[in-house]
Amino acid sequence: MDRLFECVNCKLNLCQYLFFHRQEILKWNGWGYSDTRFLFNKKGQAEFTGKRYRLSGMIIPALQNWFEGTFGASVQHKSPAMPILTSSAVQPPTLNEAFVDELKSTGIPCSHDAEDRVFRGHGHCLHEVFALREGKVGRVPDIVVWPNCHNDVVKIVELACKHNVCLIPYGGGTSVSSALECPPEETRCIVSLDTSQMNRILWIDEKNLTAHVEAGIVGQELERLLNESGYCTGHEPDSMEFSSLGGWVATRASGMKKNIYGNIEDLVVHVKMVTPQGVIEKGCQCPRMSTGPDIHHFIMGSEGTLGVVTEVTMKIRPMPEYQKYGSVVFPNFEQGVACLREVAKQRCAPASIRLMDNEQFKFGHALKPQVSSIFTSFLDGLKKFYITKFKGFDPDRLCVATLLFEGDREKVLQHEKQVYDIAAKFGGLAAGEDNGQRGYMLTFVIAYLRDLGMDYYVIGESFETSVPWDRVLDICRNVKARIIQECKDKGVQFSPLSTCRVTQTYDAGACVYFYFAFNYRGLSDPVHVYEQVEHAAREEILANGGSLSHHHGVGKLRKEWMRETISDVGMGMLKSVKNYVDPKNIFGNRNLI
Amino acid sequence: IDPMLKKRDDFEDILEERRNSSDLKYALRCYTPVLYKGVTPCTSSMLKSMVLQSDQLHYVINQVSKETGKATDDIKEEASAILEEMAQCLQLSTVRFFAFTLSKAFKTLFRSICVNEDGIQRLQQAIQEHPVVLLPSHRSYMDFLLMSYILYTYDVALPVIAAGMDFMGMKFVGEMLRMSGAFFIRRSFGGDKLYWALFSEYVKTMLKNGFAPVEFFLEGTRSRTSKSLTPKLGLLNIVMDPFLKGEVFDVNVVPVSISYERVLEETLYARELLGIPKPKESTSGLFKARKILSEDYGSIHVYFGQPVSVRSLAQGKVNRCQFNLVPRHIPRRPSEDIASFVNDSAYRLVRAQEENMVLKPWVLVASLLLQYHHQNQAAGQKRGIALGELTAQAVWLRDLSRQYGAFLHWPDHIPPSEVVSSSLTLHRGLVRICEDKVQLAVEQGPHSSVAPEEELLSQAVILLSCASYRNQALHVFVRPALLALAIHTASSNQKQEVFNSFSFLRNMFSNEFILCPGATVQDFEEACYLLVKTGALQFTQQEVLVTERGHRTLAFLSTMLDPFLQGYQVVCRFLCEEATETLTEKQFIPAVRKFIKKLLLAGRLRYMEVLSSDLQKNSLAALLRLGAVRKMKG
Repeated sequence: MDRLFECVNCKLNLCQYLFFHRQEILKWNGWGYSDTRFLFNKKGQAEFTGKRYRLSGMIIPALQNWFEGTFGASVQHKSPAMPILTSSAVQPPTLNEAFVDELKSTGIPCSHDAEDRVFRGHGHCLHEVFALREGKVGRVPDIVVWPNCHNDVVKIVELACKHNVCLIPYGGGTSVSSALECPPEETRCIVSLDTSQMNRILWIDEKNLTAHVEAGIVGQELERLLNESGYCTGHEPDSMEFSSLGGWVATRASGMKKNIYGNIEDLVVHVKMVTPQGVIEKGCQCPRMSTGPDIHHFIMGSEGTLGVVTEVTMKIRPMPEYQKYGSVVFPNFEQGVACLREVAKQRCAPASIRLMDNEQFKFGHALKPQVSSIFTSFLDGLKKFYITKFKGFDPDRLCVATLLFEGDREKVLQHEKQVYDIAAKFGGLAAGEDNGQRGYMLTFVIAYLRDLGMDYYVIGESFETSVPWDRVLDICRNVKARIIQECKDKGVQFSPLSTCRVTQTYDAGACVYFYFAFNYRGLSDPVHVYEQVEHAAREEILANGGSLSHHHGVGKLRKEWMRETISDVGMGMLKSVKNYVDPKNIFGNRNLI
Repeated sequence: IDPMLKKRDDFEDILEERRNSSDLKYALRCYTPVLYKGVTPCTSSMLKSMVLQSDQLHYVINQVSKETGKATDDIKEEASAILEEMAQCLQLSTVRFFAFTLSKAFKTLFRSICVNEDGIQRLQQAIQEHPVVLLPSHRSYMDFLLMSYILYTYDVALPVIAAGMDFMGMKFVGEMLRMSGAFFIRRSFGGDKLYWALFSEYVKTMLKNGFAPVEFFLEGTRSRTSKSLTPKLGLLNIVMDPFLKGEVFDVNVVPVSISYERVLEETLYARELLGIPKPKESTSGLFKARKILSEDYGSIHVYFGQPVSVRSLAQGKVNRCQFNLVPRHIPRRPSEDIASFVNDSAYRLVRAQEENMVLKPWVLVASLLLQYHHQNQAAGQKRGIALGELTAQAVWLRDLSRQYGAFLHWPDHIPPSEVVSSSLTLHRGLVRICEDKVQLAVEQGPHSSVAPEEELLSQAVILLSCASYRNQALHVFVRPALLALAIHTASSNQKQEVFNSFSFLRNMFSNEFILCPGATVQDFEEACYLLVKTGALQFTQQEVLVTERGHRTLAFLSTMLDPFLQGYQVVCRFLCEEATETLTEKQFIPAVRKFIKKLLLAGRLRYMEVLSSDLQKNSLAALLRLGAVRKMKG
């Protein structure tokens, strides 16, 4: 199987590394693996270091031009991060001695080492990473604890209730909603409950095609282990290298291939969660029940406010026989969206279908690695000529859809033809497997690119929404324009990168991802400007009929819009559940409501 | 903000070049306007089919079919025919034809056509960025031809213009106008869902696709009085809708102020207001108007205002999420917040038009002459005012109006006496000068053989024409004038008393003048600020005091409103004394007119202006709004 992010070191169990010191292989102040980053070498050429990804070790010749041209930035102007964390920047922990004493007597490992605490006190929002790069650390957990199994979690939660400490569950740390930030107003001892040691597949049931898995397991590890038995979950969120099963459940995650496998709510058969009131779980492993509101829906999306997810039974599927990438070029974004809409209408979406706008198409092009053979570059040139000159596509308007088909070889080929036939009706031209594959690769490396930008005065972020079909074009246009206008109004000197893509299709709508980044030279408080623009963009999304979030969750970043999103009564319902399950606010991360 | 600080652009005379170079070359020159960046290139006929295929129209056709039992195909055909009747078919060749002929006509009619070029540049920019709506003031038939002429001159995208169906009465001209971008709307189509859907969809389609700037008159019709009219909201609702529903990022609305030194329709309007019926627009009628060509109509000033972003207008006032729960193509009544937002915006835009209306010295002279006329008449004198005194008064008023922020075009390099006499010359039909005394041309002399009623009417024509010039300045003075009148009528000098009285008067006159709804306090504060700044008023803790030098200002200001006050009074009197039985709307104007004529002939009313049907209609509307009069069905 052709895996995109193909972790070369996968033979080593990542989770072993993630034990006490994740920071040894992961960056403490940026995205991903420490050995993997973009940089501009002495010649000014971009390079992707490490060995983990397809792009690793390659030169990316066009990136510098694109980068400087798009942001008005210069590789001469660096804004480097603080290289190491000074322990003096971290406040000494507020420890609840009685709790710590009892915890130690259970033998469950814990630590109040500054690095361990800082690492678990943040997610990957821009403001969080920006502060870390400047060596600034706010309120962080006072102690980190590593339960090894469900029963450990039960003990920890009991102790937390007994001694009134605050628990914040921690999975993969990939949150982009300020969900992991410690509430500054919290005066109790804050305990970060790191689930990384609960990473086993407990059993596989081949008759029912389910697997029972501990919730701390990280996405790529889960797939690797299942693959060994010839199965997969098919759940592949963009963060799957680092994000955990428990985190997916707690935030209602969505995977790239949800068209075949479903989103997390479709995949989960059974969940076990430890709450201050005890353990909540269903009494059977049935595919569907009519037993009142589904209690799983109190758990999914609860964002760590009710308890810790410890074990999950998930659907599994035999590994697909065949996989094929593809891409289609459209003369413009409008045609592309119309095509995706038609594909959704005919319910023939491939495992994944994504439509990038023109800016993102150009961005993707800038990420092409140096071609090794003259022949490929000649072919590339020919393709470009055919599309722009012969077919008359405007290079400043055309956009590209990337496709991933999966299944029986024969069915895939049949399916592929069906999709390409629809695309042709909307002026779409097949543009090859390579372009498709590169598009998906972008997903995994784009987070690394943000760190590169931050080395050169460029900050940015992505955010997402879901929206009915009839509003897709409007929301894309308006949100992108709003970002540009707000940047201008807030004194950003150079017009920002403001781009979007449609990443998922549904019967009634689509998921849209926005990327936005700008050069912050000359701004006294760039993070504040960034936050104002993002806030305005979210208001624009809501005004255009988009949702508060499709899969990132609410956290603390988007809390202010919850009431209008789910109504007063809806808020009351959620609050009353919280009040019953956790009256002392032990799970005190203050997300969501 | 101090109105003195209002910055305005300079003007450029576009006729100057026309007088020095070939009109033919000009009409045939290369025309390459900048277009909206998101433009979908399409032709007039493509527009029509886009409208007919829209979701909105499908929905309404099905709805109408269900309600009436007619087959959808028949309704579709009907729709197509309506659209045929409505649609413009803008053609450059027709525009070139107009460019040529209008050049000739304008050069004979007008001394200059002055345009603020900075405004044109702002407009160019706006057109590129967002769909644009042009909102010119409406004082003359000329307005929309003039607009297109100017835009052609400056290489700006030509607009499509909403025009009243009455133009279509003139077969040939109607088609010519259609080919120069006019589209035609029936004057009333109250409950006709299909018509409304077609019309609104047609306008929105042109706007959203950036086909052309959409132009219409916020006031709905030509103002016969030169006062701005209460804005009509239908079209404004339509053009704001695409923004509110998120179909475009923003819409730019550009108020345009067109000021005529002499309106072509001057006496025509006065006659119409007096009930001498309006000639139906007809092609031959238009050609009869040729004698107009021999007269001097002074200059025209066209000021393109600051583009107003609908997005920024709506900021914090409209919750756009309200469209999230129902498909956007299903027609719905605008919610309360949207209705009041559109209404407030309409008033703001009309005020923006007013602010940039250029006032000529004659406007001030006419105001003064009117006041003199009535004072002398009351005193039984029939002599005019000495030119020197008139000049001195005009200079006083010039300074006052400038302090109030008026956009006055008074040539400061020419001696004031010359300024005054040259404006008298231009308007010689309205004034008479003998032995250095100036008076309105209303005296018929002793040997007049006409019937008293006819004489009354012909005097009224002159007075109403003059009043229409005074009215051009009303927007400058109306707030302080209401305060002056309030001080005059309040039972004491207590601040609260004066405010109450101001608030009452303002409320009563809100059909008469452009007074933004809900802005009583701001208006009061603005009026106080202006009168205090100019030293006419002083405020103590509790009281409002008129200063020594303030009396003159306050007298002038409150006298300005006197005719209106008397008009409202006389309508009330009519309703009390004569209208004992219920009156139909149609009967009202003739009946009240008859009543007023009687009083005027008996010498019991001072102001002939109260004969104006505009005044009468407004007062009835005000009484209706205030609940003094009730409307009954059937």
